[in-house]
Order: sequence, then C-alpha cells, then structure tokens
Amino acid sequence: MMTETAPRPETDTATATATPRRRRTPQALKTAGTLLRFLMRQPPSAFGLVVLALLVGTAILAPVLATHDPYVQNLGETLLPPSGAHFFGTDELGRDVYSRLVHGSRITLTIIFLVTIVVGPIGLAVGTAAGYFGGKVDIVLMRVTDIFLSFPSLILSLAFVAALGPSLNNAIIAIALTAWPPIARLARAETLTFRKADYISAARLQGASPLRIIWRSIVPMCLPSVLIRLTLNMATVILTAAGLGFLGLGAQPPLPEWGAMIATGRRYMIDSWWLVTFPGLAILAVSLAFNLLGDGLRDALDPRQMHKR
Amino acid sequence: MKPVVISDLSVAFGALRVLHDVSFDVAAGECFGLVGESGSGKSTVLRCASMLWSKWTGEVRIGDRSVREMSAADRCRTLQMVFQDPFGSLHPRHSIRTVLSEPLKIQNIPDRDDRMAQALCDVGLPVDFLDRYPHQLSGGQRQRVAIARALIVEPDVLFLDEPTSALDVSVQAEIINLLMRLRGEKGLTYVMVSHDLAVIDHMCDRFAVMQAGRVVEVLNREAIAGNGATQAYARDLIDASLEYERAL
Repeated sequence: MMTETAPRPETDTATATATPRRRRTPQALKTAGTLLRFLMRQPPSAFGLVVLALLVGTAILAPVLATHDPYVQNLGETLLPPSGAHFFGTDELGRDVYSRLVHGSRITLTIIFLVTIVVGPIGLAVGTAAGYFGGKVDIVLMRVTDIFLSFPSLILSLAFVAALGPSLNNAIIAIALTAWPPIARLARAETLTFRKADYISAARLQGASPLRIIWRSIVPMCLPSVLIRLTLNMATVILTAAGLGFLGLGAQPPLPEWGAMIATGRRYMIDSWWLVTFPGLAILAVSLAFNLLGDGLRDALDPRQMHKR
Repeated sequence: MKPVVISDLSVAFGALRVLHDVSFDVAAGECFGLVGESGSGKSTVLRCASMLWSKWTGEVRIGDRSVREMSAADRCRTLQMVFQDPFGSLHPRHSIRTVLSEPLKIQNIPDRDDRMAQALCDVGLPVDFLDRYPHQLSGGQRQRVAIARALIVEPDVLFLDEPTSALDVSVQAEIINLLMRLRGEKGLTYVMVSHDLAVIDHMCDRFAVMQAGRVVEVLNREAIAGNGATQAYARDLIDASLEYERAL
C-alpha cells in the first residue's frame, strides 16, 4: 500500500485530465460483491444468508409455493397431522399450516423492513447529533434515550399497543419506538471517538454546516457498526413481534402471523404438536439466521478487514 | 497577501489559563514560526485564530478584518490549516476526489474538475490519484493531499500545525520545499508551529518562542545560528537545539 514516496513527474497529468470521471455505482456493486463472497466463505454467516434468501424467496413466491389458501377454513379436516396433502398438518379450523407459514413470511419481512427503516435513521440522527454537538444537546437527547432504555421493550410495546389499539401496524410502531435507543447509544459512542479528529476540524474550516459534517463525515464512519447492530436487532424485532402476536396485541386473526399462530395453537398443543412446532421452528430459524448474519457482517465490516479489500 | 495580527489572545479551559495575552504580528507574505516545548500553547494559538475554538478573548485580524466578524465562508477563503498527522486529517472513507470537491461544493466554486486537477498538479501528484482512498497513499502523499485541500479554496493565510513532524526525514524535506515553493507562487502568509528549529531556520523569516502560554521572545532567523536570544528561556531552547544538531 505504501508505495512510492517520491511524487511522479508531472508530465502524465495532462493526459490523465482528459480521462472521464469514473462512476460510483460499479464501485459500490464491487464492494457488495466482495462482501457477499466474504460472508459465504464462513459456514455460520453462509447459513444466515441462505435462510434469509429462502425467507425472501418464500415471501415473493408465496402464492406459488402455498398449496392451499391460508384463509380458507375446512371444518371437515381440522387438526390433521402432517401428510402428503397437508405438509405441516391443519389447524383447529382446517386451514393448511404450511400455506399459512409461507404467507406469514410476508408479514415477518414487512415488520422487519418497516422497523429497520424507521429505527436506523432515528437512532443515527439522535446518536450522531448528541455525539457531535455535545453539551446540552447531548444531555437532553441521551436522557430521553435513557428513559426509553429503562423500560423493558416488550412492556413498553405492550403499553403502546394498548394505547393505540391492537393491530399489525401499531405493533410495528410500538417495536420501532422501543428499538431505536440502543442504536442511538451506539452511534453516539462511535461519534465521540472521532468528533475531535482532524478531518472534522478540516471540514469545519471549509465552512461546512454541522448538518453537512454529520451527514458527510460522521454518518459514513458510524454506518458499519449501526448496520451490524440493526441486523442483530432484527432477531429481537422478530421475537418481539411474535411475542406481541402471541399475546393477541400484534397481528389479528385471521392473519397468518407466526406468533399469533403459536398463540392459537397453544390450546391444542398436547394432541396436535404440529400447530406450535412449525411456526416455532420458523421463528427460530429466521432469528438465528439474522444473528449469524450480523456476526458475519461484524467480521466483514471490520476496518482492518476493509483495508485488505 | 494579507498580514496576520494577533493581540492579547487569552484562553482559559475552566480555571486553567492556557494562553496569557499572546501577541505577535505577521507581515503579508511572511513565514512566521511558533516554537516551544510540548504544551506551551503553540497549537492552541492556531486553533483559536482559526476559530476552531471560539471561547477566547483578545483579537485576531487577518488583513483588516477580525476573524470573529468574518462569516464562515469568508473565513474559509481567507485562512486554511494543514494538520500534523496526515493519517488523521483525511477522512478514511472519502476518496481524494471527495476530499477536494467538498470545499468547492460548500463554497459554490465553479469549474470543480479543473480546479481539482490543478490543485493536485500544484502539490506534485498525478490527477489519477483522484479516485484513490487515503489508505492507498503514503504519509507524504497524504500530506500533499491535505495541502491541496487547504489551497483549493485559494486562501490568503495558511496555518501549518507541525506539518512535517509525522513524516520521515526525506519526506519532510520534500514537503518543506513544496510549502516554500507554493508560498512564492501563490503569495501566501504562513504561520507555522514546529518544535524543530532546523525546520524553522529553513522556512521562517521570524519566529516566536513560547513557554507556558506566553510569548517569551520574537526573534529573527539569524538569531538561531549565533544564539542571539536575550531571554533566558529562549537561549536555553536554542542552545539545546544547537547542541542536539552538533551531536548528530
């Protein structure tokens, strides 16, 4: 890396000026490609990636993959064990558990996606602002964060859902409201480590506004760890969503949300094990996949590793 | 070319006074040095004068205007700074193109591509370095980029905060020669912090010796060789430096 100390002769500058400006997108794609390859090399993160690819694929192809309509009841075929006609059996209303699981993946993905795009920016904005400005801004923002952090997240979600009324959307809002504080803390801690760096001083001397410094200089430095944290958070989000569904405060019947499926299956659990087992396994697999992927990302986005690429 | 006048600059961090009524004048187009041991307040003078730290009393005037009264944009186009550590002064995730285009975008300066090419050319780097990242450059190359970044907004005054102390000796000489050439070409005024009297001797016309937040004495370059300092501390400092050079 540390090649040639001496400056090159200035003769070749004239020719180089004429070369057109390189575009940025291919560079980003290349980075994504190397990142994917790195993740596929380790078995745990590869498992995570594959399971998540399966989840996304299932969600997209749900109508094709499902063998039955997830909402159609057939009271003549209630609580059938797994068989060729019903891969994962049927529930107490004769609905096909496999088809409901497949359609439920859409709900799970929606929850993860919406929570993440709400939580990431809020956490980043609060954390970087607190870290960069310091002083009173920091005190106010961090005390607000502390208040949110000092509630058990499921209890706080319960309170929000109770206030807003039980529904899937309210569950998403409630989970988002409880999931941003750790992100904000992380972004603040990261910001504090380099707010005094010379490149921030240089940006200030160039007349950059605080907003510009935060967006252009600080956010790119915080982004890798925030992404890792968000990925690890997704497992918690799924579990909280399933927990809310289980308590009847998330997705409402007849929506095939996995937690809600476990909740209704609980009453028949002793005789019909498949009602609880398959949604439970689905939740387990997806949470595990996100955790493993987050771990893999932590290795992949480590600055020391970045320099090798 | 603009002169720099610093008068009665005082700073306190809490109960601790870091600078005590620091005053000196720098003529237009001059290179003025600040020397002293670690913690004597050399860098603090630059940080205050550039308004990176604004809680000070006294006055800093560049040309006929006080730095406090200038808008951020005016200040940017009047004074710039080159930092000590070239590894910490370039954003690790920004390409050289971003590093150089950012000040142009902020100040709404047109002809960005031409100016970036010219800036790199001025500091002796090829234009295809624009798409490199700082970790792909050596220390000397990074310091050249930092100088290009400072000069791309065409300031009148350049503050140099030990611009060579993080580099090895052969690269130091290159950077010093580059800085001297640029001063002549662009009519810049330099205020340079250093603890290396040899560098000061080579570059500066006059220099101030600082101790514990006070300016002990302002001397001409000629005072170094024969040790013409009148104050005890300044004599000691120059003696120590001369002895060190003889020992080498």
